[in-house]
Amino acid sequence: MIAEPDARAARIAADFPLLAQPTSRGKRLAYLDSAATSQKPQAVIDSLVHYYTHDNANIHRGVYELAERATDAFEGARAKVARFVNAAEPAEIVWTRNTTEAINLVSFSWGLANLEPGDVILTTQLEHHSNLVPWQLLAAKTGAELRYIEVDAEGLHVLDDLDEKLRGVKLVAMSHVSNTLGTIAPLAEIIPRAHAVGAVVLIDGAQSTPHFAVDVRALDVDFFVASGHKMCGPTGIGFLYGKRALLDAMPPFLTGGDMIREVGYERTTFNELPWKFEAGTSNIADAIALGAAVEYLEHIGMDWVAAHERALTVYALERLQPFVARGLDIYGPKDVTKRSGVISFNFADIHAHDLASILDLDGVCVRAGHHCTMPLMDKMGWPATARASFYLYNTERDVDQLIVALDKAADVFKVA
Amino acid sequence: MDDFYKEYILDHYRNPRNFGHLDAPTATAEDLNPLCGDKIRFELQVDGDGRVTDVRFSGKGCAISQASASMLSESLKGEMLEDVARFSQERVLENVGIGISPARMKCAMLGLKVAKSAALGEIAHWPDEAPAG
Ligand SMILES: Cc1ncc(COP(=O)(O)O)c(C=O)c1O
Repeated sequence: MIAEPDARAARIAADFPLLAQPTSRGKRLAYLDSAATSQKPQAVIDSLVHYYTHDNANIHRGVYELAERATDAFEGARAKVARFVNAAEPAEIVWTRNTTEAINLVSFSWGLANLEPGDVILTTQLEHHSNLVPWQLLAAKTGAELRYIEVDAEGLHVLDDLDEKLRGVKLVAMSHVSNTLGTIAPLAEIIPRAHAVGAVVLIDGAQSTPHFAVDVRALDVDFFVASGHKMCGPTGIGFLYGKRALLDAMPPFLTGGDMIREVGYERTTFNELPWKFEAGTSNIADAIALGAAVEYLEHIGMDWVAAHERALTVYALERLQPFVARGLDIYGPKDVTKRSGVISFNFADIHAHDLASILDLDGVCVRAGHHCTMPLMDKMGWPATARASFYLYNTERDVDQLIVALDKAADVFKVA
Repeated sequence: MDDFYKEYILDHYRNPRNFGHLDAPTATAEDLNPLCGDKIRFELQVDGDGRVTDVRFSGKGCAISQASASMLSESLKGEMLEDVARFSQERVLENVGIGISPARMKCAMLGLKVAKSAALGEIAHWPDEAPAG
C-alpha cells in the first residue's frame, strides 16, 4: 500500500529540479517545509520562461495578435483555476497576490459594506495571522465583535456550543486546514449551520487547495481563498473565489485602471466581474504559471496527492514514535483522518529553533517558530514548535533522513 | 557550523549565569525576537561612577540566544555604562565562539541588543537589522 505511492512520489520528485540540488555541505535535500511554500515543477518554470520569451504583452487593451495571445493565456489560467476548485464560472475567480490579499479584499470590500455594531465575526483559535488580523481590524472599524470557535488540546474544533457561538454571526472566517497542527476543519458540519443563521462563510484554503480536491460548490462556501505558491505555482499570485451574487454586490477594493467601465471627470462606472476587483496591470506571467501548476496537479490527480500524503504522515508518525520516550512531543489530532501532512513537534528541552538548525546540517528543511499562529501557541503553552510538512514529491526517504537527523540532534544536546 | 553546539553553549543554555532579577536595578530593558519568540530582559546595577556593579538577565528561547546572553552577562560586570552602550557585535560573536548563520544572527544578538538598550535608556538598533517574521 505504501510502497507503490512512494515509488510514484520519487518519480514526481524528478519533475522538481530544485529537489535534486544538494546543500552546500553536500547533503541530499529533504524539503519538509511545503506548508510554507512548495517547490515548483519544471512545467511551471517553463511556463514563466515561455510567457516572457513568446507571449509578453499587456492584456485586455491591445488589439494586436501578441496582446490577444497574452490575454487568452491569462483568462485561460483563470478558467483552469475555476475548474480546479469547481467554481460555477471563471468570473468567480479574482486574482490576488496571495491568500492574505484575498482576505483583505473581502474584509475591506464586503466587510466594511456589511457589518454594523453588534454584528459578530466568528473565527477559530487556530487561524493564521492572515485570517485573524484583518478581522480584528474590521471589528475595530465597524464595532463588530470577534468571536472564536475553541480548539481542544489536540487542535480539534469544539462544536458543542456552536449554536451559541453562531448567535448574531454575519461572517464565519476560518481555515480549511491548520498550517500549525494540520487539523482539517469539520466544514460539512459548520457551513450549513452558519448558513442557517444567515452568515456568510469565508474559508482560508491556503493549506487545503494544494493537498486535496476542493469543491467550492459542494462545500457551499461563499468565499474561498488560496495562494499559488503553496500549490506548485509561483509567488505573487493567489485567488479569491466568491459566489457571483456576493461579488456583484460588493464595492471595488483597489481602484484605478482596468477595473473601470467608463471614467469621466465627475464619475466612474466599474467593470464587470472579475475585473472589477483587478485594478492595474495584473501579475500576468504568474497567473498563467499558476494555470500550469493546477494542470500539473490535475494530471497527477488530487486524490492521489491526498492518499500519498496520508500514507507518508502515517509512516512518519510511526517512525517518530520511538522518540516519544526520549521526550518528543507530537502535536495535533491523533486521528490521522482528521489531519493533513503537517506534523508539529518539540523534542526534549531542545528549542525548536536549535532543532531546525541541527536538522539543517543534514539537509533537512523544517520550519521552527510560531508559524504565524501566535495566539494558538500562547493558548497551548508552546514557545515554539518545529514543523515538518509533506507534499506530493516527498518520500519515505525524506522521513528517514529526518529521523537520522533527529537522532543526531539528540546526541548534540545529550538527550538520553 | 558543524561545531555548532559546543559543550559550553549547552552549559550556558542549561545553567545560565546571572539569571534572575535584581532587587532595585538602575537600568533595565527587555525585547523579543518575533521570529522565534525568544524573550530577554537585562537588569543592571550601576554605581555613582557609572560602573556596572551587578547584572541579571531573564528570559526564554533557543540555546544561541540564551547562551549568548548568559556569556554577555559575565562580561558586563565592571564595565562602564557608556562602554556597555558601545559593546560590539564582534565581541559577542567572539564570546559565542561558533559560526553563526545569518538566520541565527538575531538570536545571538538579542541579549546584546537588550543590554545596550538598558545602558542607552532607549531601544538600540544597528544598521543591518532586517525585519523578522
Ligand atoms: C492557513 C494559512 N492561511 C494564510 C496563509 C497566508 O498565505 P500567504 O502568505 O500566501 O498570503 C498561510 C501561509 O502560510 C496559511 O498557511
